[in-house]
Amino acid sequence: MSFGQLGYDMAHLLGGGVLLLSFVLLYQRRIGAVINAFAMQGALLALAAAWAAHSQGVPGLYLTALLTLAAKGVLIPLALHATVRRLDLHRTVETALGIGPSLVAGVGLVALAILVVLPATEGARALAREDLALALSVVLLGMLMMITRRNAISQVIGLLSLENGLILAAIGVAGMPLVVELSAAALVLMIAVVAAVFAFQIRERFDTLDTASLDEHRGERR
Amino acid sequence: MPLQWAIVFLPWLGAAGLAALPRLRQAAAANVAVSAAGFAIALALAAQPFAQHGWTRADALNLPFLVLSAFVGLTTAVFSAATLDREGFDHWRIRAYHAAYQVFMGAQFLALLADNMGVMWVAIEIATLATVSMVALHRTPAAFEAAWKFFILCGVGIALALFGTIVLYLAAQPLLTAGNGLSWAALMRVAPDCAPGTLNLAFVFLLLGYGTKAGLVPLHSWLPDAHAEGPVPISAVLSGLLLNAAMLAVLRAKAVVGANPEAIAPGPFLLALGLASVLLAAVALWRRRDARRFFGWSSIEHMGIAAFAFGLGGAAANLAGLLHLLGHSLAKSAVFFGVGRAALAKGSQKISDIGGLVTTHPALGWGLAVAIAGLAGLPPMLLFASEFRLLAVAAAEVPWLALALALGMVVAMAALVTVLQAMCFGPATPGAAGTLEGWREAAAAAPLWLHLAVATGLALAMPAGLAAMLAEAARMIG
Repeated sequence: MSFGQLGYDMAHLLGGGVLLLSFVLLYQRRIGAVINAFAMQGALLALAAAWAAHSQGVPGLYLTALLTLAAKGVLIPLALHATVRRLDLHRTVETALGIGPSLVAGVGLVALAILVVLPATEGARALAREDLALALSVVLLGMLMMITRRNAISQVIGLLSLENGLILAAIGVAGMPLVVELSAAALVLMIAVVAAVFAFQIRERFDTLDTASLDEHRGERR
Repeated sequence: MPLQWAIVFLPWLGAAGLAALPRLRQAAAANVAVSAAGFAIALALAAQPFAQHGWTRADALNLPFLVLSAFVGLTTAVFSAATLDREGFDHWRIRAYHAAYQVFMGAQFLALLADNMGVMWVAIEIATLATVSMVALHRTPAAFEAAWKFFILCGVGIALALFGTIVLYLAAQPLLTAGNGLSWAALMRVAPDCAPGTLNLAFVFLLLGYGTKAGLVPLHSWLPDAHAEGPVPISAVLSGLLLNAAMLAVLRAKAVVGANPEAIAPGPFLLALGLASVLLAAVALWRRRDARRFFGWSSIEHMGIAAFAFGLGGAAANLAGLLHLLGHSLAKSAVFFGVGRAALAKGSQKISDIGGLVTTHPALGWGLAVAIAGLAGLPPMLLFASEFRLLAVAAAEVPWLALALALGMVVAMAALVTVLQAMCFGPATPGAAGTLEGWREAAAAAPLWLHLAVATGLALAMPAGLAAMLAEAARMIG
């Protein structure tokens, strides 16, 4: 499969769309918008998985697509919106690094991912390696978001979008064994992270989930 | 069902049963029984010849750690039965605690036994989920912070490890036949012919990912907090078991990459992370006030020493590293038993509040003193043997790095001895009403002494079968 064929172009388009939404996540200033952008990324990822199921002829991937759509497109975003409301969190995104510099850093990371992946995977098929470059970019942008955002909710979304990158990588490698099981297991981990935010909220011990103020509870302050 | 599967599913079945037991005494007894059955299966498995069953394999590398894990799991269950009523748990938390404990044990066994790298990843993920829920169990702000940090950092870590696993498969894909993809044995066979660049990429992600779980600097910051919060027995299994499983995962990845002569040499990465861990922990140990955080940092130091040994590579250094992992598990869980008991006796886990144990609680004080001395690498315990071997090899191969390593070890040893003196021999601090009645006192003390006896016995007279297994494992990982 190469450039100009539908299977290749469509996979590329969807993978690129997921990456684009990682950038969208980076420049939002309101938590609600970040969550919505994440939901869109999840939906697009589900489409990419469904397309991979169709073009690679792996019916199991339809299950991955369905799970991704249900969890990341609908349920997790709803849960996050509910958390923001219930905890009455700041509705604005508190950044450690400004929006502009984050975007510049993001572009740098994408360049890094391409420079690392393409030479390192010369033996592999074109689609797999380009998909891997896109996936690594999404992973790195997710990490960037975790580093440059102060409140726990946006850090969680950073982790969730990082995991989107993993799924993108897994579905791009045709013939990967256990891909459905592994993506389901990763999804369980992500749901547990979101549930942990909920569990913290139930106790209502913190005024904020800002992780900087959590530091004060450490046992070693004098 | 093969024993390799039985040892994984037995704890998981046990977890389902334990979740239904609300009474502390019954649940603790059942927990000990399930752990004892696991230990029996582990021993039986070690007596069988090496074999591969589906996604699992028993080989020279994982069997010693499997038996060790089952042993520490059993002693920790006994310690936990003796002291758990002091944690003040309601019946929901008693159910959650015991169920999570056995879920963790099953996942630990699976992580060690897994032949399939994907299954190993899932096992380590399950182990993480179980331990996070146990760390958060006290529901104090500090426990939440520790659990949250543990979860987020290890979440990123295992996400990176999954990425590494995917890239590893991509590297091997053209050479693998259908049906055995991601199998470590198959990967080892095809590794010499894989594309070296892709292998390099995979190794970096696997090292970062599993290295986070193994607590290597600079990915360590979850570890001290996770060890300080949560019930005491959890610190013992975190240090004694989970870190080993993560380190073994790193070793499996290293073996695959190391088998390809054109790929990047994995050793220097491990050397650098290991040395950084030893040096940072040696300094950080001096600034700790909380006893459990202190020994958490000491785990970082010891994992650093082991990583240094594996980074050096070669049969002699690898053997020292494997011995170090075994010795560290035994000594560190013994120390956590002692510290946990002392914290009950003194009503605080701050180092300054625990003093003069030898005068107030002689048996506990001496036991803890010997355990900490063993942890500091003083003879006659296993850590002395492994550190001595490692320094001898390192001095011959990389003298300057050996100097830095020895410096870190000595600074850390001095910190441990200082804490030993303060906690065991210093002026006695007032105690809380912390006496355990009757059998509980003995059951809380026995695991500590048993660990010390095993660690000393292994150092002085290692069984020939175990020695042969470790030597073969040291050759296997290159």
